[in-house]
Amino acid sequence: MLLGTIIYAVINSVILILMSIGFNLTFGISGISNFAYGALYILAAFVTWMLIQLVGLPYLASALISIFFTAFIGALMYRFILMRVRGQVLSEVIATFGIGLAILEFFRYLGFVGVEYALPVFIDESFMVGDVYVDAQRMLIVAAGIVLVILLWLFVHYTSTGLAFRGIAQDERTALTFGMDSDRIATLSVSLGAGLAAIAATVIIPLGTISVSQGYDVLINALAVSIIGGLGSTGGVIVASLLVGFAQRFTDTYIGSHWTMIVSLVAILLVLVIKPSGIYGKQKELEERI
Amino acid sequence: MLYLAAPRLIPAAAFIVLPLILGPYWQRVLLSVAVFALLAISWDILAQTGMVSLGQALFFGMGAYCSGILNHYFGISPFLAIPLAAFLGGVICTLLLMPVLRLRGVYFTMVTLIVPLMIERVIEATKIFGGTEGISGLAVLPSKWLELYILMAALAAALFGFRRMMTSDYGLVLTGIKDNDRSVMNAGINIYWFKIQALFIAGSVGAFAGAMMTHVYRFVGMPVFALDYSILPIAAVMVGGPGSFAGAVLGAFILVPLSEALRALGGLRIVFYGVFLVIFVVGLPEGIFHFISRKYSQFERWTEVDK
Repeated sequence: MLLGTIIYAVINSVILILMSIGFNLTFGISGISNFAYGALYILAAFVTWMLIQLVGLPYLASALISIFFTAFIGALMYRFILMRVRGQVLSEVIATFGIGLAILEFFRYLGFVGVEYALPVFIDESFMVGDVYVDAQRMLIVAAGIVLVILLWLFVHYTSTGLAFRGIAQDERTALTFGMDSDRIATLSVSLGAGLAAIAATVIIPLGTISVSQGYDVLINALAVSIIGGLGSTGGVIVASLLVGFAQRFTDTYIGSHWTMIVSLVAILLVLVIKPSGIYGKQKELEERI
Repeated sequence: MLYLAAPRLIPAAAFIVLPLILGPYWQRVLLSVAVFALLAISWDILAQTGMVSLGQALFFGMGAYCSGILNHYFGISPFLAIPLAAFLGGVICTLLLMPVLRLRGVYFTMVTLIVPLMIERVIEATKIFGGTEGISGLAVLPSKWLELYILMAALAAALFGFRRMMTSDYGLVLTGIKDNDRSVMNAGINIYWFKIQALFIAGSVGAFAGAMMTHVYRFVGMPVFALDYSILPIAAVMVGGPGSFAGAVLGAFILVPLSEALRALGGLRIVFYGVFLVIFVVGLPEGIFHFISRKYSQFERWTEVDK
């Protein structure tokens, strides 16, 4: 019982990391809070579903296409809408939220609601860990999460584009004097964030069905984890995800499954009261918060 | 003289005359116009204090639930329950958001988006106050004219009263917090105390709208925390023009009847709101009201050239 709870808590934490890392990355680099994040997640899931069911492509190919498609949408979003309101936080928030709303409610309008909208699992097997059944898809999610975090770390630390990301994140003006194109980096960051949302969707969705309301849940989870971790810090996301993931799973097992959403609210309020900049939020602490 | 008075007289006259000349269906629409205009005003008060909220539904829902509970469990008549709910709703919303008042900008926005959705879950999980079923069969106000004129009077009072408030010294402090909170702090003013007051004012206005709507529909349930009540007020302010309460009211008078006309489209309406938000934020950030008022100020200087 306890071992099972712990294993599933770890899986839950990795799911939270996958869900929030893209949002956090975009915010950390370009300061754009992408409220369309949940909508992009669902968009990727539906595009994958359509490619599999209507076009008949194999899973891997359609997942890849949908990831690139979502990333492309993210880039378009920045180029044609966000670039014009860059720096005005209110306008950014409302514009991205409007885009997200339009995408999600459009899917609801088209009637994409029901059990048949599900993605197939990669491998339909389950393993025994100790005396707990864990299916292959959940193992795969954990593996994907770990690989993704490592790849992202390598990308940001050892490629020139990644270094440019960090430069822009640390001090945009200084980075500009070194000839880094701020708009290009911001486009890339929004598009990378959208791509990460798509990766999360294609890996996580096979566990359940695709539903429009999930888009809002993903956005809320991403926001909660990012706020708790301290916005813009990848380490913070990982720690906060573990914290919230374990807390959620333990409340689910010992108190009741309805209470899981409330856990993150309580966690947010507690963290904000004790340390308003979040667990790992050092940078920009004085400027933007408090 | 008319040039100066007309912009104030026309809305005031509209508030009095419109309920009389409209048919029963459009009176209902006018009712929800007034409710959304009040919510939009409450959003604008917060925005002018530098707190951008995405969760107007929190204020609306708190007011609705307070009034519903007072009426259903304690048997208090709506005449007492509505003002009490406006006050209590304001207090509860202020207490709920107080821990995050130290956050600025987008951080505050994120939390406000989360809170109403979570409260919905709390009600669902704990099954308090009727749970998912809600509370129905609440008392109504004696006549629909009373409902309409109370809301219209409240709207007029909110529109003209808060406009005056924002130009007073008190309003100057609130706007100062938005523009540069650090310099307001340096002036020896406790910005958190002012933020709490602004939150309470906005919360009460939103809660009043919620409480009125509860007694019109005779029902309160989880839908009062729905996203509609958060999005439509923001869309109204964005279309009408942020920073002036008249813009918020104008936006509500445009968007709510439009949404009634688009009712046949069903779920597509919300898609339109989203698209509207994006178009207005990018294309006409000042909103319709500021645009019109700029043009109106230019009338005076118009002269005939050809003579």
